[in-house]
Amino acid sequence: MNKITNILVVGVGGQGVMTATEILAEAAIALGHDAKKTEVAGMAQRGGVVSSHLRFGPKVLSPQIMPGTADLLVGFESAEAMRWCHYLRPGGLVLMNSAKLVPPVVDIGLYEYPVDPLAEVTARGYQLHAFDAMDIALELGDVRLGNTVMLGAMADHLPFPAEVLLEAVLKRFRERKPHMVELNRKAFEAGRAADAQASHEAAVTA
Amino acid sequence: MAAVMPAPSQSRLLLSGNEAVARAVWEAGCKVAAAYPGTPSTEILEVISTYPDIYAEWSVNEKVSLEVAIGAAFAGSRSFCAMKHVGMNVASDALMTLTLTGVIGGLVIAIADDVGLSSSQNEQDSRFWGRFAHVPVFEPADSQEAYEMTKLAFDFSEKHQVPVILRMTTRINHVKCLVTVGERLAHDNASGFKKEPARWVMTPTGASKRIPLMFERDKTLRAESEASPLNIVDSGKDHRVGFVASGPAWMHVKESFPDAPTLKLGLSCPVPVEKIRAFAQTVDTLVVVEEVEPLVENELKAAGIECLGKDVLPRQGELSPNVLKLALAGTFGDLHPGGMTLPAAIVQPAPVFPRPPTMCVACPHLGVYYTLAQIKNLTISGDIGCYTLGAGHPWNALDTTISMGASMGIALGLDKGRGAEDKDKRIIAVIGDSTFLHMGMQGLLDMVYNGGNVTVLLLDNRAVGMTGGQPDPGSGRDIHGNPAPRVDFAKLVESLGVKKERIHVVDPYVLPKLFKTIRDEIKIPEVSVIITDQPCVLIDDYKKQKPFEVIDEKCTGCGNCVDVGCPAIHVTRREKVIKPSGKEVELQFVRIETSVCTGCNLCVQPCAPEAIVHADPTQPIRLVKH
Repeated sequence: MNKITNILVVGVGGQGVMTATEILAEAAIALGHDAKKTEVAGMAQRGGVVSSHLRFGPKVLSPQIMPGTADLLVGFESAEAMRWCHYLRPGGLVLMNSAKLVPPVVDIGLYEYPVDPLAEVTARGYQLHAFDAMDIALELGDVRLGNTVMLGAMADHLPFPAEVLLEAVLKRFRERKPHMVELNRKAFEAGRAADAQASHEAAVTA
Repeated sequence: MAAVMPAPSQSRLLLSGNEAVARAVWEAGCKVAAAYPGTPSTEILEVISTYPDIYAEWSVNEKVSLEVAIGAAFAGSRSFCAMKHVGMNVASDALMTLTLTGVIGGLVIAIADDVGLSSSQNEQDSRFWGRFAHVPVFEPADSQEAYEMTKLAFDFSEKHQVPVILRMTTRINHVKCLVTVGERLAHDNASGFKKEPARWVMTPTGASKRIPLMFERDKTLRAESEASPLNIVDSGKDHRVGFVASGPAWMHVKESFPDAPTLKLGLSCPVPVEKIRAFAQTVDTLVVVEEVEPLVENELKAAGIECLGKDVLPRQGELSPNVLKLALAGTFGDLHPGGMTLPAAIVQPAPVFPRPPTMCVACPHLGVYYTLAQIKNLTISGDIGCYTLGAGHPWNALDTTISMGASMGIALGLDKGRGAEDKDKRIIAVIGDSTFLHMGMQGLLDMVYNGGNVTVLLLDNRAVGMTGGQPDPGSGRDIHGNPAPRVDFAKLVESLGVKKERIHVVDPYVLPKLFKTIRDEIKIPEVSVIITDQPCVLIDDYKKQKPFEVIDEKCTGCGNCVDVGCPAIHVTRREKVIKPSGKEVELQFVRIETSVCTGCNLCVQPCAPEAIVHADPTQPIRLVKH
């Protein structure tokens, strides 16, 4: 049985989407999985859309997740989560940073930002855990902790223990920015708690 | 990136296709590697430059990078160059004669095709060069194969004294997967350059004797391809449909139709026609799956092998599993439902605004496009780089983009070819520093020599911005970040013949001076060059200033700052009002995202009510929710 897990992480250039997916891939590899990670982000650094695909399991062939087959969608931005939700399998789970990043084309009045991306996602029959990762990161003192918050939120929705993902996050910071290790541990736990809280709220309103 | 270098042999690493090729180039004992940055190939040379004992350079263009590699290969060293697909258009002048001389040291050319157009102006298929230049083409499908084939390509190149093309696509260059790496070979065994004019000096006499040798080599290469272990048959279980496929498309076939027989082409040019003919006899229907053009398909059809290809599959974009499944369902029904299944209903994406790439907060180009958007009667000939984004909102201030350096020649043509309707139009050419050095200088020289009436804006941001801020000869740094001679653009254009009084160096953050300089120069019917001199905000040369904020009570909603196009400026409220003239206007009240503002001062200048002031550093950053 070649069971492949498909995780799609989406957001806007500069949010750390690709790094988060890479850490997730490293965690899967640490457990002995084969993994492929792909994204199309040619001009992503210029504020464009970023979608990063991760597939892992015993043996991965195509790196691309097909529409309708993602096990988990992680949206680093509300409208981006909405844009990509059709990639989820029916009834699949969306983890959404409810913060909004408004692009210039909306600011100058050419397009409207969706009124309620959360409602749009649930109306399509997907499960939704939404929380403001930007607020959480700012409370911890640095907006750049947002991607670790999002990784923490994913931790209880993976086919491996949360500690494996936490270790992959901390390992990266131990190697590159040791002074940021403890702050990232906090961000991870805060993301995990925010997801649990959002999960509880979703259950209550359902 | 740096972590790749010390990894010992037999390490299993998560590498992109670009990182895998870089590692293989180093392991293969390559001595000289050169490239011009270009998505999706850029990281190959970036990573190679982190390895010891290998000469790496950013060349001024792809043709020069190939010529550097050719020289090293003539000297007997292994050499390498990398480029994006359109880079080979520039380098092909060298390639088409290199195929006659051949090489001594192995020479591998990695060409990255941007299938799916993530960051390119066209979607050409580089496998054509294999046919055109009579050189072999290797096609990996993922990072591990890219690593292995790069090493094999060096051996193959030396064995047949022929340059080898390693054809990659974005879906290899930028996909990360596990690669098991090996040891580095001895690398300082160059045989030395041996004088042999009949081979290295390609006069008509010399070339006429080499052409028959090239045709002989074709036969040898075809025999190699027929026998190559890179062209692998998987006999499969369900023989209704068999596939010939290469590159990532082969992965997609395997994913979609796991029971189907496949012939995977790893050495895809020359095509192993007889091997495929034998394979075709084992299946009811043969389908060729190749990105982008029907090259293999056409050769098979010409050889009398019945097959389907672009008659049922798209000729543009990636052949992803869903594309394959959908395209073939029409012909065969749902083949292999055990493979990747199509969702019962194809789910429509939710309608969401587009999020096109835009210029960065405080980008020095913002001032230039803000200014160009204010001036009427301009035709603006653009070029390839971040400043191509000037064609977008809110500036809409760029009218053409074709190829590297083309802004110059096209501007001159717009001038010389102008009709009566355009007689009052002013022609502007906009080009960046690295694009100018790549292929723009000749166009400017042509413009000066032939008496053009064009105002050139040379946006010197000291880097190749769009690909991530790599240095160029205008940066004063080399590929390793070490000091290097820096081109003086004002002196350079003067030496090309632009009059000294027509050359201006201006700060693009000082709008009145920029505006006046452009307005003055477009009135003068000769070639002017206006050089802007502030660095790309993504490189270390850029120094952030104190951020700004908007005093709500002072903002009159005029929207002038919105026209700058800085992504740190957000409209918080719109209001329709009737002016005393009776005209209805929409006011746009704004805020500045202080957490990302770097204090460039551009938006402050057009703000009449002085509502934009330095943010109070004692206050925590405010993030206003929409």
